[in-house]
Amino acid sequence: MTETPLLAVESLSVAMDGVPVLEDVSFSIAPGETLGLVGESGCGKSVTALSIMRLLPDPPGRITDGRILFDGVDMMSLDLPALRAIRGDRIGMIFQEPMTSLNPVFTIGDQIGESLIVHRGLGGAAARAETTRLLDLVGIPAARNQLNRYPHELSGGQRQRVMIAIALACRPRLLIADEPTTALDVTVQAQILDLIGRLRLEFGMAVLLITHDLGVVAEFCDRVAVMYAGRLVEEAPSARLFAGPRHRYTEALLHTMPAANPPGRKLPSISGAVPAPADRGAGCIFAPRCGFALPRCATELPPLEAPPHRLRCWNPAA
Amino acid sequence: MTLRMPWFLRRILGIVPTLFLTWSIVFGVLQLIPGDPVMLALGGTPVSDEILDNERRRLGLDQPIYVQYLTFLKKMAVGDLGNGYSSKQPVSEMIAARVRPSLELALGGLLVGILLGVALGIAAGLRPHGWVDTATMSTALVGVSLPSFWIGMLLIYVFGLQLEWVPILGDGIDALILPSITIGLFLAGGLARLIRSALIETMTQDYIRTAHSKGLSTLRIVAKHAMRNAIIPPITLLGLQFAVLIGGAVVTERVFARAGLGSMLIDAVLTKDIPLVQGLVVYTTTAYIVINLLLELLYGIVDPRIRSRRA
Repeated sequence: MTETPLLAVESLSVAMDGVPVLEDVSFSIAPGETLGLVGESGCGKSVTALSIMRLLPDPPGRITDGRILFDGVDMMSLDLPALRAIRGDRIGMIFQEPMTSLNPVFTIGDQIGESLIVHRGLGGAAARAETTRLLDLVGIPAARNQLNRYPHELSGGQRQRVMIAIALACRPRLLIADEPTTALDVTVQAQILDLIGRLRLEFGMAVLLITHDLGVVAEFCDRVAVMYAGRLVEEAPSARLFAGPRHRYTEALLHTMPAANPPGRKLPSISGAVPAPADRGAGCIFAPRCGFALPRCATELPPLEAPPHRLRCWNPAA
Repeated sequence: MTLRMPWFLRRILGIVPTLFLTWSIVFGVLQLIPGDPVMLALGGTPVSDEILDNERRRLGLDQPIYVQYLTFLKKMAVGDLGNGYSSKQPVSEMIAARVRPSLELALGGLLVGILLGVALGIAAGLRPHGWVDTATMSTALVGVSLPSFWIGMLLIYVFGLQLEWVPILGDGIDALILPSITIGLFLAGGLARLIRSALIETMTQDYIRTAHSKGLSTLRIVAKHAMRNAIIPPITLLGLQFAVLIGGAVVTERVFARAGLGSMLIDAVLTKDIPLVQGLVVYTTTAYIVINLLLELLYGIVDPRIRSRRA
């Protein structure tokens, strides 16, 4: 990649109450690119997303090492006003739970327009006009009548559309979507993903899509980064990774997908469980669950290979 | 077909049974007071049986109990509280004449309580277990625990007598300062604790994280997004305290020699002026119920989810 990355996360390490939960995580996103960050629950995906926005509650969370460069500026070096100028303006964020992520006592018009008032300095009327346009854009019909509605009057899918409108209000260059469809019905999931995909092209923005759903990633992302227990284990362009996963964890993960298995058969699962942050050994963290582990896997941490197919494994698939 | 009324009309109609029940209880309790009401009404002067019978008939006490009950309810509904034994004046007029001092004191106390309680509660709630929190919560505990007659006398002694900053008696606004602080300190203690816990709870909600992700200022997040959600328990506390206060702050009015409803109630009890006591009880309970209603309407304005909940 020759282009300067829009976002570069370099050797990011985060500890919660002194216990490392994220270790040496590095990845980058080019302008307009979509990167999928995949992994099981508790592998550190959301911590990564919150760290980029510097929204990790401290205490207990603390960034112990690394840099987060957004548009060449180190987010770690910014003071609160400078961070606020970026949040919601140049980086937008969508969360997993549309039910609880909207403030229940304010109208959706108010909540969408607020970003425009704060970042763009729009007046009430101009903000309302732009909010109406945004609601149209995210597919909430008859938008003008909807401005005065409250979150509890909307369905889950509509609420997530409102969240998208909030995140995109100021036309950010990067959208961080943290499991945006997990809490929604399957049919609605597809609609929301289509919407994000369409707006991404329209706005020319980059997307960091965090999910545990490999199917979503395959369809949606240019590149995929796989995380396991707080570390990045493999990263490659989507087509390449899905055609030939090399890390044994990615390989096992792909085998568990319904689409990879004949219907009617029980889906395979990866035996064992993700070790708790405090129980992570010196070697490859996946070694205890890995069917291909070598003696050195338990004692030596494999290095991350260089792009285009980054990999952290001593005994990868061919 | 279901009858659909606006939410506030439903609430307003909902207080009718409550009022009815309260008045019934007041009527019942008065039946339990030992002694002949006619003797009390005549102030204990020895009179002939004929006069006693006349008086009994005049007060309707010769009627069967259910007739007395219905007459009582009818009178309550139109605000006729009868005449006081000692003054022979209509009780409603006597109460009306004393409402103002009590109302002034209630509002003054409320103002001090809100200013102090909100400031301390937010300061403590934003940094739980910090030094501000510890200091505030200890002070709040003292504020709630100290009896108001003691605080009142202390204030009179320090600011009225020693420093001579404010008058301790009178009808002017400056004479309202010390009693308002006396009541306000008590209110602020409870309010600060409540706001603190509500704010701590609210600040961990997902929508606060959303507000941060929008790049809003801390002031905006706390004052708008968090407080609007955290405000209902404090509103409830304040409303109920206010309802008690407009019935007269019995102790504080005594300490500062204010001629409000509280001191009127004490006098009425001491002179066994039954209609006056009864009138004050009906006034206080009715005020309590009406303020509760206003609170419910206020919840509906603050939180739209309450408004749309089907009763």
